[in-house]
Amino acid sequence: MTRQIAVVAFAQSDHRRSTEESSEVELLMPVLHEVLGRTGLRTADIGFICSGSSDYLAGRAFSFTLALDGVGAWPPVSESHVEMDGAWALYEAWTKLLTGDADTALVYSYGKCSPGSVRDVLTRQLDPYYVAPLWPDAVALAALQAQALIDAGDTDEAALAAVGARSRADAAANPHAQRTGPLPHDDHVVRPLRTGDCPPVGDGAAAVILAAGDRARELCERPAWIRGVDHRIEAHSLGVRDLTDSPSARLAAEKAGAFERPVDTAELHAPFSSQEIVLRKALRLGDDVRVNPSGGALAANPVMAAGLIRVGEAAARIHRGESDRALAHATSGPCLQQNLVAVLEGDPR
Amino acid sequence: MPEVLKAPLVVEFPFTRSLGPVQSAFLTGLRERVVLGVRTTDGRTLVPPVEYDPVTADELRDLVEVAPTGTVTTWAWNHEPRRAQPLTTPFAWVLVRLDGADTALLHALDAPGPEAVRTGMRVRVRWAAERTGAITDIACFEPYDGPPVEPGGHTGEFADPLTGIVAPARLDYTYSPGRAQSAYLAALGERRTVGERCPACRKVYVPPRGACPTCGVATSEQVEAGPRGTVTTFCIVNIKAKNLDIEVPYVYAHIALDGADLALHARIGGIPYDQVRMGLRVEPVWTPGVRHPDHYRPTGEPDAAYDTYKELL
Ligand SMILES: [Zn+2]
Repeated sequence: MTRQIAVVAFAQSDHRRSTEESSEVELLMPVLHEVLGRTGLRTADIGFICSGSSDYLAGRAFSFTLALDGVGAWPPVSESHVEMDGAWALYEAWTKLLTGDADTALVYSYGKCSPGSVRDVLTRQLDPYYVAPLWPDAVALAALQAQALIDAGDTDEAALAAVGARSRADAAANPHAQRTGPLPHDDHVVRPLRTGDCPPVGDGAAAVILAAGDRARELCERPAWIRGVDHRIEAHSLGVRDLTDSPSARLAAEKAGAFERPVDTAELHAPFSSQEIVLRKALRLGDDVRVNPSGGALAANPVMAAGLIRVGEAAARIHRGESDRALAHATSGPCLQQNLVAVLEGDPR
Repeated sequence: MPEVLKAPLVVEFPFTRSLGPVQSAFLTGLRERVVLGVRTTDGRTLVPPVEYDPVTADELRDLVEVAPTGTVTTWAWNHEPRRAQPLTTPFAWVLVRLDGADTALLHALDAPGPEAVRTGMRVRVRWAAERTGAITDIACFEPYDGPPVEPGGHTGEFADPLTGIVAPARLDYTYSPGRAQSAYLAALGERRTVGERCPACRKVYVPPRGACPTCGVATSEQVEAGPRGTVTTFCIVNIKAKNLDIEVPYVYAHIALDGADLALHARIGGIPYDQVRMGLRVEPVWTPGVRHPDHYRPTGEPDAAYDTYKELL
């Protein structure tokens, strides 16, 4: 029998355009204290620690090692890091717990986007031979996808605007969100995407605690059981893909068990409004599914933490009894190139 | 609390990359105004070409020339070009399926405005005046309403193929060291060294990073350390770094400042490199106008006893 693993606690920072007064560890530490405080655990009680971040955001090598100071890594801890969104760190921690090597795990991630220009920084993840020398920024690539959707009749600029407006209206109830409420929607950033279709650039951090079986029940009144996680990637070259679809997100969802029973909530990591259109279709989400009640990445997109926040927000709704079965999604790369899907459930009520 | 410091930080690197047979042929072809694709085992032609089929993972080597004309499959109007992008005037990003290809190539389209661009429009390559074997040898695409241009049937064999490219990268940042390190740097400006004491274990960290790595709690109580200290360990550097005007060999050491519970690292000077030892007592040497000690030199005191610094190794 496979072990059952649950998200038992979630914490996140307030996401802000800039946190220049704080170093990365200063940004992260309050979030770590908060998530540990929710369970009463201390670092020494945690079986495995895994983090996600990227040196390219701050322009400094091995920045994650300094952030580890905020954990309290003495006596020595079992620790790992992914140079990716924290959702992928959660995947690693989940597999670690499945093996039985640990009963609890702390997963955290952070992104300080303010030191550099994220649009330019993200060009460095592109094909270095054929694409990166042209410096196509993240908004430009998302705009190509948006136009492909418009040409296919899947959306129009008004429908895209509605996605952004709904996200930021929902975010008004999220005290951590960076951008809430109505936003002027007149300026194109890269046509057809306007300001309201694009995520805010900001700094933030998030952390979750995972626990296995009975340990989860001790630490949380209503654990968010992870029924499955899977992640898939598509061909590197944008020109070989159908940008109006996301077969990798669909396959990840299928392998994670998302299609076995309906979900009531979906936290989608869709930094651009057009990407929510793609994901709703790929993940077969009907109008009865509550999508991004937190406001999603259009309200706060700390790069490298925004995906983990989707898992955390979905779990927190289960903890609070607002959801029984939720889908959490994280993405990475241009135009939804990589996709991770987790399915979370609460015990029957 | 002193003002939080900020400074520009530029990260620049010339990435040197080797090319396999397919990428070599494609980029050499651009230099010679020839666009090559690669044929898959099921008969599709991929442009730009790859070495392995993204669907079947078959190894691909069958190069085939395609036309310099094609069709826009999707586009996005970029009214504010950014640094290093293909054109400095407003342009469209486009995916273009060249005639003879089954997949699309990303590039820029020079057009007067977004009204002049649509999916399905016909375009052709505008070659760069000087070509080196890079994707930027295609300066951009331009609108084209003439007949399709027949490809020349090039096989991808070139007399002097490229074997590698150098791709320069530059990213600009504004570095801000945060509260704890700003305070440290501000004190250094007054030739003082301040650390922070952990409220839990009482250890003093120099330089402070805002957290105790042992306890995982914030540090805030400032404590002055040094200026003298003890060499806890060291290494002898024998290779001269680029742009460094220090003669090799020289010694780089961990130095436990008096009153600190963590060693910082700095260069040791004023003593032959082969006479530096664990326990050596040292003090900072400041150069006018520089914000940090240039190096540390012996104080002339007797060496510190091992027991006084063994916990700091
Ligand atoms: Zn301490």
